[in-house]
Amino acid sequence: MKRLQYMATRVLQGLLALLVIATVNFMLVRAAPGDPVSVMAGEAGASDAQFVAQLRQQFGLDQPVSTQLGRYLAHVVQGDLGFSYRQQQPVLALIAERLPATLLLTGSAFVLSLLFGVALGAIASRRPGSWMDSAITVVALVFYATPLYWLAMMAVLLFTVQLGWLPGFGHMTVGADLHGLARLWDGAQHLLLPALTLALFYMAVYARMTRAAMLEVAQMDFVKTARAKGVAPGRILRAHVLRNALLPVVTLAGIQAGGMIGGAVLTETVFAWPGIGRLMFDALLQRDYNLLLGCFLVTAAMAVLFNLLTDLVYTLVDPRIDLH
Amino acid sequence: MKRRQLIRMGATSLGVSIAGVPLHLLAQGKKGGTINVLVQPEPPGLMMGLVQNGPTQLISGNIYEGLLRYDDKLNPQPQLATSWVMSKDGKTYTFKLKPNVKWHDGKPFTSADVVFSVDVFLRKTHARLRGNLEAVESIKALDPLTVEFQLKYPFGPFLGMFENGTMPMVPKHIYEGTDFATNPANATPVGTGPFKFKEWAKGSYILLEANPAYHVAGVPLVEKVYYHVIPDAAARAAAFESGKIDIVPGGGVEYFDVQRLAKLPGVAVSTKGWEFFSPHSWLWINNRKAPLNSVKFRQALMHAIDREAMAKIAWYGFAKPATGPFNSSIKFASTDVPKYPKDIEKAKKLIAESGYKGETIRLLPLPYGESWQRQAEMVRQALTQAGIKVELVPTDVAGWNQRLNEWDYDLAFTYLYQYGDPALGVARNYTSQNIAKGSPFNNVEGYVNSRVDALFAAGARATDPASRQKAYLEVQQLLVEEVPVAWLHEINFPTLYRSKVQNPISSGIGLNDSMGRASLA
Repeated sequence: MKRLQYMATRVLQGLLALLVIATVNFMLVRAAPGDPVSVMAGEAGASDAQFVAQLRQQFGLDQPVSTQLGRYLAHVVQGDLGFSYRQQQPVLALIAERLPATLLLTGSAFVLSLLFGVALGAIASRRPGSWMDSAITVVALVFYATPLYWLAMMAVLLFTVQLGWLPGFGHMTVGADLHGLARLWDGAQHLLLPALTLALFYMAVYARMTRAAMLEVAQMDFVKTARAKGVAPGRILRAHVLRNALLPVVTLAGIQAGGMIGGAVLTETVFAWPGIGRLMFDALLQRDYNLLLGCFLVTAAMAVLFNLLTDLVYTLVDPRIDLH
Repeated sequence: MKRRQLIRMGATSLGVSIAGVPLHLLAQGKKGGTINVLVQPEPPGLMMGLVQNGPTQLISGNIYEGLLRYDDKLNPQPQLATSWVMSKDGKTYTFKLKPNVKWHDGKPFTSADVVFSVDVFLRKTHARLRGNLEAVESIKALDPLTVEFQLKYPFGPFLGMFENGTMPMVPKHIYEGTDFATNPANATPVGTGPFKFKEWAKGSYILLEANPAYHVAGVPLVEKVYYHVIPDAAARAAAFESGKIDIVPGGGVEYFDVQRLAKLPGVAVSTKGWEFFSPHSWLWINNRKAPLNSVKFRQALMHAIDREAMAKIAWYGFAKPATGPFNSSIKFASTDVPKYPKDIEKAKKLIAESGYKGETIRLLPLPYGESWQRQAEMVRQALTQAGIKVELVPTDVAGWNQRLNEWDYDLAFTYLYQYGDPALGVARNYTSQNIAKGSPFNNVEGYVNSRVDALFAAGARATDPASRQKAYLEVQQLLVEEVPVAWLHEINFPTLYRSKVQNPISSGIGLNDSMGRASLA
């Protein structure tokens, strides 16, 4: 009951936060120079005042900003994110079309980074100062410091252009008409490079964080007691050290999961991955207000959701934490 | 008919070619296969009557057609019209339409579609055409295969505005009485072209399939055309290099990559297919404020900028210095104009005479990629050398549009298409009636010269080439003397393609015309 009450409060807080975020985003987007009409008239290669006025009226941009904001929020609370000026489609439909690709990419990257990052951190912490520890630390530092864009380009040049091992563009072989397992295998091959590229940065962070936390926990009294009691080293590492060292990792994972949808813009751009990150980037360049705000809102909603989930995971990792 | 003068019987050209492609070339083409083309950025829509940006034209030029096509000398060729005549007074044009042409949904294409397309649909939606249609008094369907355009006054460039980008034919039976912008058919465009819309996987690709009922026998030759969306410039180059893409349209990769990719085995490069557009670059100069309102200061800019070096370095040789407002590939262009060779000393002298007091000049680069950024750096360097203080003001596309719309700039890079005729693509930038906030493509610089206005009007309203030539020569000389803008280059947009693709470019609008005549070896 207590947990349900807590959840209900948090959901309500999250919804309020989203409303505030939608308002702030609306004002920020309007503050940027240019609007969708100027971009569209520009693309037509000519425009006159009458044509521009006609478009502004059509999109409701001739109304005062406060009126536009009121209308926007009224639609948002009803679950309507509006209509894309440029793509002439409802924003929700456009986002729904692209969201699965982003979830697949970022979800894969999330799992890869978490699994390998924690494992590498645990391995490195076993013998601090050993060659293995040094190697993992250096590699993690290199991936942490390398710009994602450069890493992605190098991966494409090496594995796609030079070696021809893996596809480097898109999420499937266009025109191949594959089905069943063949389609799955093709998809997995296309996913590998972008997911790995996106995963490397966080993998490095998790590895460094896990290593540091495990070294700290390993010095604590209860670990010494376990050792004195003759508990097997492997069990001490898994059940005592690792579990207690996971809290900061869970915190970071929550932040990563919340931000990953919006954070995949560069990866999606380099690998021509048809996800929401690119949709958002294009909408920004074209000042497609409703689409841009819709993308922002969806990414914000994901952040709120994962924040909540992280709190719940805390209680599983450390039963001493109480939700109230 | 006695009062009418035959301008051109398009059907006569069919004896040697089919719509601009020599028959022997078509005969060589193999049937079948798939061509993979790059498109960048992803178009917002494919309904060509509503969206006229480059990517839309590149793809939808396969779906929609105009009454005419243009060869690389910009001579009109038959497309949906087989012949056309102009009355002696130059105010009536009568087009005979091709019989048995069908829309992709099987309905017949008739003169009623032409009247609806031009007089109803495009008059409302086509920002560029609406201006030119001011010369048109009425459009009538005389019979199902005959259309008559009645003009208010003779309009010299009239026959130059019938290609699919300027005047695409749209199906009346689908759009009449509907809200054009939200018609669901926009998602599945229906035209008369050699390819039919098949599928659009957003963010990934657009697939077109051959139209088996196309009205030109033997066309199209290939079965499918995929347009791939790859947003990053370096990734686009890598996609071509890895063999995923067969054709990279002009502007698809950075110029330094064009040089590199053109050297790969089995790769060809062509600068053809831009004759109709004739991309011409210049620096807008805000003539409204000092010191830019001084002719001497503007002339100094021309002398300070090393356009030869920019062509070699920033454009990697795919450009040549512009001599004035007319691109050399459009009608009535002349080189008999004052010249501005690079001469820093002369520039300094003119600057001193102009009364320049050391104000900072704000320069807006064009946010279209690396080549434009490099040019901006070169111009800043050249102007600094001549003693002018320059500040680069970076923007994105929306911000750039906004600043030009509001005249909030000192110098700004741009390039515009000239559409084959000075009345269609040049006059708009220099005549005083085109000074209005809200467009980055009109007389943005605020130049006012009544003689220039009169000469452009005379050139547009004359129909005999000699009279037009006379007016346009004088206006070129006058403009180059007064430098309302600083002309930079005639730009080439090279198309990269694999040699196995034959005849990808078959008209003056290049790839935008369609892949109908292309084939695979």
